[in-house]
Amino acid sequence: MSVAQVKQDALAARIADLSFAEKGWLAAPRRAALDRLSAVGLPGKRDEYWRYTDPAALNAPAAAPAALFDPGDEPQVFDQIDRVKLVFVDGVFDAAASDDPRLSGVEIERLTEVATRDSHWASGLYGALEARGQNPVSRPQAILNTAFATDGVLIRVTGQAKKPVSLIYKQGSTTSDVILHHCIQLEAGAELTLLENGAAAARLNTVMEVEVDDGARFHHIRGQGRAHERQAVTHIFARLGKESSFKSFTLSANGRLTRNECVIEMTGENAVAHVAGAAVGDGDFHHDDTVFLTHGAPGCESRQVFKKVLKNGATGVFQGKILVKQVAQKTDGYQISQSLLLDDDSQFLAKPELEIYADDVKCSHGSTSGAIDETALFYLQSRGVPKSIAQSLLVLAFLAEAISEIEDAEIAEDIRTRLESWLERHER
Amino acid sequence: MTEVIDDIREGVDRETIETVQAMAGKYKYGWETAIEMEYAPKGLSEDIVRLISEKNEEPEWMLEWRLAAYRRWVQMEEPRWAMLNYPEIDYQDQYYYARPKSMAEKPKSLDEVDPKLLATYEKLGIPLKEQAILAGVEVPEGERRVAVDAVFDSVSVGTTFKEELKKAGVIFCPISEAIRDYPELVKKYLGSVVPQSDNFFATLNSAVFSDGSFVYIPEGVRCPMELSTYFRINAENTGQFERTLIIADKKSYVSYLEGCTAPKRDIAQLHAAVVELVILEDAEVKYSTVQNWFPGDEEGKGGIYNFVTKRADCRGDRAKVMWTQVETGSAITWKYPSCILRGDDSQGEFYSIAIANNLQQADTGTKMIHLGKRTKSRIVSKGISAGKAQNTYRGLVSMHPKAKESRNYTQCDSLLIGDQCGAHTVPYIEVRNNSSRVEHEATTSKVDDDQLFYCRSRGMDEEEAVALVVNGFCKEVLQALPMEFAMEAQSLVAISLEGSVG
Repeated sequence: MSVAQVKQDALAARIADLSFAEKGWLAAPRRAALDRLSAVGLPGKRDEYWRYTDPAALNAPAAAPAALFDPGDEPQVFDQIDRVKLVFVDGVFDAAASDDPRLSGVEIERLTEVATRDSHWASGLYGALEARGQNPVSRPQAILNTAFATDGVLIRVTGQAKKPVSLIYKQGSTTSDVILHHCIQLEAGAELTLLENGAAAARLNTVMEVEVDDGARFHHIRGQGRAHERQAVTHIFARLGKESSFKSFTLSANGRLTRNECVIEMTGENAVAHVAGAAVGDGDFHHDDTVFLTHGAPGCESRQVFKKVLKNGATGVFQGKILVKQVAQKTDGYQISQSLLLDDDSQFLAKPELEIYADDVKCSHGSTSGAIDETALFYLQSRGVPKSIAQSLLVLAFLAEAISEIEDAEIAEDIRTRLESWLERHER
Repeated sequence: MTEVIDDIREGVDRETIETVQAMAGKYKYGWETAIEMEYAPKGLSEDIVRLISEKNEEPEWMLEWRLAAYRRWVQMEEPRWAMLNYPEIDYQDQYYYARPKSMAEKPKSLDEVDPKLLATYEKLGIPLKEQAILAGVEVPEGERRVAVDAVFDSVSVGTTFKEELKKAGVIFCPISEAIRDYPELVKKYLGSVVPQSDNFFATLNSAVFSDGSFVYIPEGVRCPMELSTYFRINAENTGQFERTLIIADKKSYVSYLEGCTAPKRDIAQLHAAVVELVILEDAEVKYSTVQNWFPGDEEGKGGIYNFVTKRADCRGDRAKVMWTQVETGSAITWKYPSCILRGDDSQGEFYSIAIANNLQQADTGTKMIHLGKRTKSRIVSKGISAGKAQNTYRGLVSMHPKAKESRNYTQCDSLLIGDQCGAHTVPYIEVRNNSSRVEHEATTSKVDDDQLFYCRSRGMDEEEAVALVVNGFCKEVLQALPMEFAMEAQSLVAISLEGSVG
């Protein structure tokens, strides 16, 4: 059997049980996505873009069961933050558990409810940025999402949102297999902070398309984790207008398989894009950050800061790319990916790429990997700090650069506390 | 001309620009030697492989080895993952074997070699006389001498200092000769670093390689002089496929230099070489290359397509290898000299300057495979793009679980001259144990205006100023080259960039 045939068969099996809802304006982008998906097929282990992460579990017809996670009395990330909560249980919006979605300057709607409404603003966005993000590398899991997403939110921001909007994903069943698709439009000068957290599902596939118009500001802070057996592939597709700002931070703790793809295109002058992540993994943990950042206009600034702490055979992956087009003179691009391996079984695999076609640019990337600094550890111990605390201190110091990418001090503190608590629980 | 002059940046005088324009695309070695050649029929088939083997008077096992490679190659697909854009190569539309007619009877000594051939190398600055001159640098007799193996199209025309090297126990001869005279060594090591099945171009080479150099340094011997091979492509429509095999036995040392040039032609020519280095316990090999194949003209016509597989295997503990390359020529460069650090405490180093101007495309870098404990590697890569060229660094650093306490440091810097070119960095970093440390950093920038301004204010013209700044940018690599090459490389850096400013 040919490779192409195998891929086609795998795709047929993957989508056999998915429902293809063709309603209203959603029908066209979904049908187009299905065609695109048939053309590229599902990703394979031999695809260069999946060199370090085996997509088999994401391609499988059914999700591998994942035990429900009981946090006990441990506070959840963002619990202390005043926010508008939107709750999804196994990928289905739960109005009863959610807050009143009315917020000044922000329109929040449910994807499944507005599909039949004519000339909806999201009809031009749904699947559009995702499709743009398929070049030069295809992202079949995102296409699959566009074609088969079962729910999601549509958020249009016209002013300054007074408080963050928070998406909370709860897992109800051990075999839940969830596909969510969100569209977010920030009009000129608008500002929104979006929070995401929760175990979500045994298997989760999300796409978030974010259009940031001129001068708008978007902050995204995400907490992934605690439930250990979950598998997830997430995608953010963003387009940035003139002088706009996009900042995204992800905290990942545990999770059997996580692939976070982030595709950002700066099309307006002087836009700013920051993507950061702190991942801590213990044992059966595979975490992959894949970022593709395009400088398509002059004077833009981008920063990528990714830190991973790995132990007991955990694997960390980083694939980051900065593409600077010829028009993008005066680009300032920075990328750092670092891992701290706490024992000999863990591994870090990185492919930090630069592709540059403009000459007046300042671009740099760095990548390091190594163990905890023994001299620093010795120093702290010699000052009377017990080894385990000294180690936690050094780990937190290592992660600090990524956490400092969060602008909101209260949220940053919350993330730091969650990390400390994780380290305490995973001392051994 | 007027429109060109309109483009001139402020402060650059007309004369400078005109001189630069006149020099653009100048390639010193673009002439051709008129000499009667003997060709194998065009195209590639089992018969051609047999013919090459027969011309080299090879034993049966060698022919079988070649045929096995050929049969494998037919099944393979040409790799296209590199950031290179070139028209499909028609492997049937070229000659795989070309030798000067005068070489039909193997000359017994250098005195019998066709004077035309000797003159060719003389003109290239590589006199095939047993004296100590290379690239115009004179060294007092007896101090630093260089033994040369000269390869002209498909055959080696002569090797100097053979007898003297023999006294030290060093074998330095064409590989065609080694296959006949030292079959045991060749059988043991050929293909042991770059197996026949390694990659498309290495497999092609395994089938059709016609000559190249063979070096064996016995245990405990420090090679009394530098060894070098000079490759010259002269014939039209002819691919050059040479194979180099260097074996450094325990506690030995050798420094090996490689140079290459080709005439200026409109049609691109193929060069697919394989270099294998075997380095045993406590031995050290330095391998330096100045690659100056014809790069094609300003419109991108012609030039050499250079697909090379180079690999060193540090088999013994404390073995050491150092690759240094200055890549200024070739229309297409596809080359990744690699180090397999198998022995404990072995070391690999890679220093590279890759310059791409006009429509040149280079995709080059290295692989450092750390297998042994406490192995060390260092990568310093300087890429320079000018004109409409594309320059890519592609590298792999891999720390295996057993390579405890190993170290790697990688630095790759790119310099862009002009806004029509591209500079790319594609590193792969794979760390599979925690006692090893890996550090990678890369930067991309343009030639610093302040530095240029300073040089200009001291009376240099822009061209000179850029060459000086670029030489400074490359300094770390230039310093790693043997002296004879460093001089040549330095002026090459300047020549390759001629016409890139203004």
